[in-house]
Amino acid sequence: MNQQFEYINPQSLDEAVKLAGQGSVYAGGTDLLGLMKNDIAHPQRLVNLKALPELKAVERQKGKGLRLGALVTLNELAENEMLQKDFPAISQAAGSAASPQLRNVGTLGGNLCQRPRCWYFRGDFDCLRKGGATCFAMDGENKYHCVVGGDGCYIVHPSDMAVALLALEAKLEIYGPGGQRLLPISHFYVLPEDDPTVETVLQPGEIITSVIVPEQPVGSRSVFVKFRERSAWDFAVVSVAAALQVQNGAISGGKIALGGVAPVPWLDKKLNNTLAGTALDENGINKIAASALTDAEPLEQNGYKVILARNMIKGVLQSLAG
Amino acid sequence: MITVSLTINKKEYTCEIDPQTTLLELLREHLGLTGTKRGCEIGECGACTVIMDGLTVNSCLVPAFQADGSDITTIEGIASNGKLHPVQEAFLEYDAVHCGFCTPGMVLSAVNLLDNNPQPSQEDIRRALAGNLCRCTGYQQIFDAVQAASKKMKSKR
Repeated sequence: MNQQFEYINPQSLDEAVKLAGQGSVYAGGTDLLGLMKNDIAHPQRLVNLKALPELKAVERQKGKGLRLGALVTLNELAENEMLQKDFPAISQAAGSAASPQLRNVGTLGGNLCQRPRCWYFRGDFDCLRKGGATCFAMDGENKYHCVVGGDGCYIVHPSDMAVALLALEAKLEIYGPGGQRLLPISHFYVLPEDDPTVETVLQPGEIITSVIVPEQPVGSRSVFVKFRERSAWDFAVVSVAAALQVQNGAISGGKIALGGVAPVPWLDKKLNNTLAGTALDENGINKIAASALTDAEPLEQNGYKVILARNMIKGVLQSLAG
Repeated sequence: MITVSLTINKKEYTCEIDPQTTLLELLREHLGLTGTKRGCEIGECGACTVIMDGLTVNSCLVPAFQADGSDITTIEGIASNGKLHPVQEAFLEYDAVHCGFCTPGMVLSAVNLLDNNPQPSQEDIRRALAGNLCRCTGYQQIFDAVQAASKKMKSKR
């Protein structure tokens, strides 16, 4: 690496938070180092969280649900048998991200905070997200960009974990100079219309410490599916996570979240309002799928994502009905 | 400068390095272990794969400070007492080496797979090697070699 930076190994969370205000938190580093090598991030200081074991726990408490430490690696999530059994959307999302080498190092917290893969953002373009004046995707090569929620900037959020956790209505424990706060993941991501230069509400010095996943009601089923152009080591073109309760052949509650369609992990309102009370038969499934992304405004090259997302929703619902 | 102590191929090293040094740079430029290849340098190709504390990693995306105290195996540490590892032998036998640039990383991902899963299915092999790109696209020979190595290792067990 050509960049100069100071490197610190804090021994407590408080020390880390104090130091992180003027630098970047370093977890697995797989995204941060790529950003530094691509000359997008220039941290003066890296604050390594490696020495903080309290961020590495996977715990489940009766009634309270699941607590996943922010430093748990994606492979640890993918291979955890309890998650595979009771929270399959989490292990499926973790196992479908990146490559084995990256999953061995990349962390849950880092996955949630990774920066977009838009080729204009990652490349040598002075785009809106990097403080420039324009989004080059709007009239450029936009096959992989968003179909909804874009306003000036048309990225998609790349995290698979966020989509699964959004469907499961997870909360994030965030620790910072102002103490601890608990935030639903549905409030964590920022749309370009609010601020096109950041993806999350994290303030300087704030660190995600854990992800809290509520215990799912009896009869819940969760699943995560991801469409990508290569069957390995690729980001989602579209992903669908569902965490639904099914009673007597009909959906009684739960959520469906979409990835790859918006600048943030997406909870489509009309889609989610159509779920409760709808039967999981052919008519019901078609009705639900048709209610997704009705407000989409595709760019020149990405209209296929709307059809793809609806078909993937059908597939997910058929698998949960079966 | 920072001090990093680590074990590489069962030998202990203590190095004085710049904090910017990646594990890949430490191996190749400071220690002369050039079997680990420098490919994309952003974690996409797997040419720089090494085994760190029992897990495969892209050494281009591991700062050396993060490897402090860890146990590293590189391609130079795979053969023992001058005898090739069964995976290396199988790569030769099955013509699984074309230009050879991806081979060290492929071998390490395969060895790590067989250490953890001695009898992998074809699907297990594909999944374990998914982070290693072969630009010559000789994947089938590589998958066959790993399968053959697993059978050979089983018969010797």
